[in-house]
Amino acid sequence: MNAEAGTWMLTLLVVDDNDDDVILLQESLKDHPAAQVLCVARDGDEALAYLRREGEFDGAPRPGLVLLDINMPRKNGFEVLGEMKNDPKLRSIPVVILSTSRSEDDVALAYGSGACTFVSKPVNLDRLRLMAGHLVRYWSTVSLLPGVPQ
Amino acid sequence: MADELAPPPIGILLVDDNDDDIVLLQDSLQDSPLLNLLHVVRDGEEALEYLQQRGAHAQAARPGLVLLDIHMPRKNGFEVLDAMKSDPALRTMPVVMLTSSTCDEDIVRSYGSGACSFVSKPVGLEQLKSVIGRFAAYWSLVAVMPPPTSGRATR
Repeated sequence: MNAEAGTWMLTLLVVDDNDDDVILLQESLKDHPAAQVLCVARDGDEALAYLRREGEFDGAPRPGLVLLDINMPRKNGFEVLGEMKNDPKLRSIPVVILSTSRSEDDVALAYGSGACTFVSKPVNLDRLRLMAGHLVRYWSTVSLLPGVPQ
Repeated sequence: MADELAPPPIGILLVDDNDDDIVLLQDSLQDSPLLNLLHVVRDGEEALEYLQQRGAHAQAARPGLVLLDIHMPRKNGFEVLDAMKSDPALRTMPVVMLTSSTCDEDIVRSYGSGACSFVSKPVGLEQLKSVIGRFAAYWSLVAVMPPPTSGRATR
């Protein structure tokens, strides 16, 4: 896919167990051709299996950025973040935490554990669209990503 | 997402040894409230003194975000980044690499060492203004910043 000049493709792994949140997020990303969701993982184990290309994810493309929820079954977002940052093959993939939490402890723990940004999930579609626009513009025109030719 | 009406001001520490780049960045911030919040240091050693509130910087206010060049005298950006991530008082502070490099090796190393973002220095004032607008929107409207670390830095 050709991106416009000064723009590169933002490929995403979305990790979230909440169906409604995933649908709204995908809806709000539709206006932004630079963003492409490669996979939606429903829990932390599935996210790590995708990133490590295990089982059904054999040969899966590496995402430019991971959008990671915190509260999920099986393995939560902090566990996923911790495992990624301890894995030499995954540690350079930027992770944005996208969570309903506003707890200062969660925010501090996220940045201290290597998250690039903590984003509080907007509560309605208008705000979600606004957030998605700023986020996609930032990661497809301002902040370079590993392994993505500019 | 933070409240659009009242995004909290973010103090920014710019670490860069290139005078032209510093002036260009200050010029491009003329119309932005961010200008008042920008503090500049010229090399990596001074950056750590400022952040760890040592020496002449004992009274320095901790910034909310660091803009960090890579190639600098005394201590380069990677050394500063590693030192920050090893310091419990500084490790949650977001660090954005701001460099003329677009080399994938530098990008991979930056994220792998805990940088939050890697921004290639735009060439020309207009492009710089556009990047700064998007940068400010992201860090003031989208990001929830970490709570400020209180007390003095560890040595």
